[in-house]
Amino acid sequence: MALLSKKDANLIKDPLTDNNPITIQVLGICSALAITAELKASVVMAISVLFVMGVGNVVISLIRNIIPSKIRIIVQLVVVATLVIVVDQVLKAFAYDLSKTLSVFIGLIITNCIIMGRFEAFALGNGPRRAFLDGIGNALGYGVILVIVGFFRELLGSGTLFGIKVLGDPIAKTGLYAIGYENNGFMIIPPAALIVVGIIIWVQRSRNRALIEEA
Amino acid sequence: MAMNTEKNSYTVIFAAIMVVVVGSILAFLATGLKPRIDENERFEKQQNILYAMGVNQNEGDGDVAFVPTTDVEGAFSKYITQQLVWDGTEAVQKENAYLIDVQKALADAKSGKDAELPLLIGEKDGEKYYIIPMYGKGLWDAIWGYISLDENMEVKGVFFDHKGETPGLGSNINQRFFMDDFKGESVLNNGAYEGIAVAKGNNDPLNNDKEDNAVDALAGATITGNGIAAMIKESLKLYKPYLETIRTN
Repeated sequence: MALLSKKDANLIKDPLTDNNPITIQVLGICSALAITAELKASVVMAISVLFVMGVGNVVISLIRNIIPSKIRIIVQLVVVATLVIVVDQVLKAFAYDLSKTLSVFIGLIITNCIIMGRFEAFALGNGPRRAFLDGIGNALGYGVILVIVGFFRELLGSGTLFGIKVLGDPIAKTGLYAIGYENNGFMIIPPAALIVVGIIIWVQRSRNRALIEEA
Repeated sequence: MAMNTEKNSYTVIFAAIMVVVVGSILAFLATGLKPRIDENERFEKQQNILYAMGVNQNEGDGDVAFVPTTDVEGAFSKYITQQLVWDGTEAVQKENAYLIDVQKALADAKSGKDAELPLLIGEKDGEKYYIIPMYGKGLWDAIWGYISLDENMEVKGVFFDHKGETPGLGSNINQRFFMDDFKGESVLNNGAYEGIAVAKGNNDPLNNDKEDNAVDALAGATITGNGIAAMIKESLKLYKPYLETIRTN
């Protein structure tokens, strides 16, 4: 017997492909633009969101029947903020270096509209198990795009990946730079992310025409 | 169990309980972890100060490498020979001056109130390092750091850090390719405390020109760079009378 039923597996698979939170639902664009100038930041952000979304979705799902609908958005916000602060405090005490890397992202995680979106659209109406899978799926879908964008922006903008010079040294003129290649400074500023995301959306929709919205 | 979750009274009670529960979780966590966090922060300060005077484990072109936290306390008491506070007219010894809240001290000094500005003197290989803390603002949030000078007002090393500058852009102020550029620059220009500009179009990526009071800016991080330059200048202004007493050129 498969570990997950087909319906459950789709909870994880859909956000990775045909219902991607960034490229299809166009959510979470702000953080996708802000932090993808380097691959490392993209990965840290993806992992952080994975955790907050997985746990947050379960918490919201568990208390979904007792949340007063009038203040549900505030409740969701409190859950996200609490989770993020707990993680930050624990890291500060036990993995200080890691928390320094993460601290920049705290504000961005709390305001990530994908998290609020999944709480509102899914966790409020489904059991904890399915909510957990949905959270993981959407966080992965978000993370995949972040990593792809980060990969191209760091490679073309700085000539590095995870800070390692993969194309040679631009100042000492080695590797690709020896034959006249130059880093594209435009890639490290946020508008470049918009273009990369745009290209991903274009590629995805031209491969699957069903995704194109009616004009 | 049927509960009317739409009633106003229920909403208020729910909100109150939520605040209490979440508040206690966070308060419990914060108090429980505080000693550990404080200690980590103290070690970090020591690491940063030592880094600014060149006591670190940097290798070749590698990343920033501090003295490990396990050894930092010993190294700190070995290399930092004097901890002073500067009140605008004289410098007096003070224990643990490095733990003073620089943000508050600088703000007090600027507004004319009595302030104790921390100042550290380090010694390495017979040379003296005058280490001045700095605090300023970048694009999004606070930036801070330490700058170490010798008697000729030449920069021996710097350390910068930030709270929330843009990852990949302004956040790079704490990377070696930026900080190393400051080494050897003079903060003086014809006898005036000019500081060091973070300049676009400096056209000197390897920073060979140490006489120009400028280092290359970071692409895409103009405001963070300007913040660094302003921060250096501001600190120099406040410590200038003291620096005059030790200056030899």
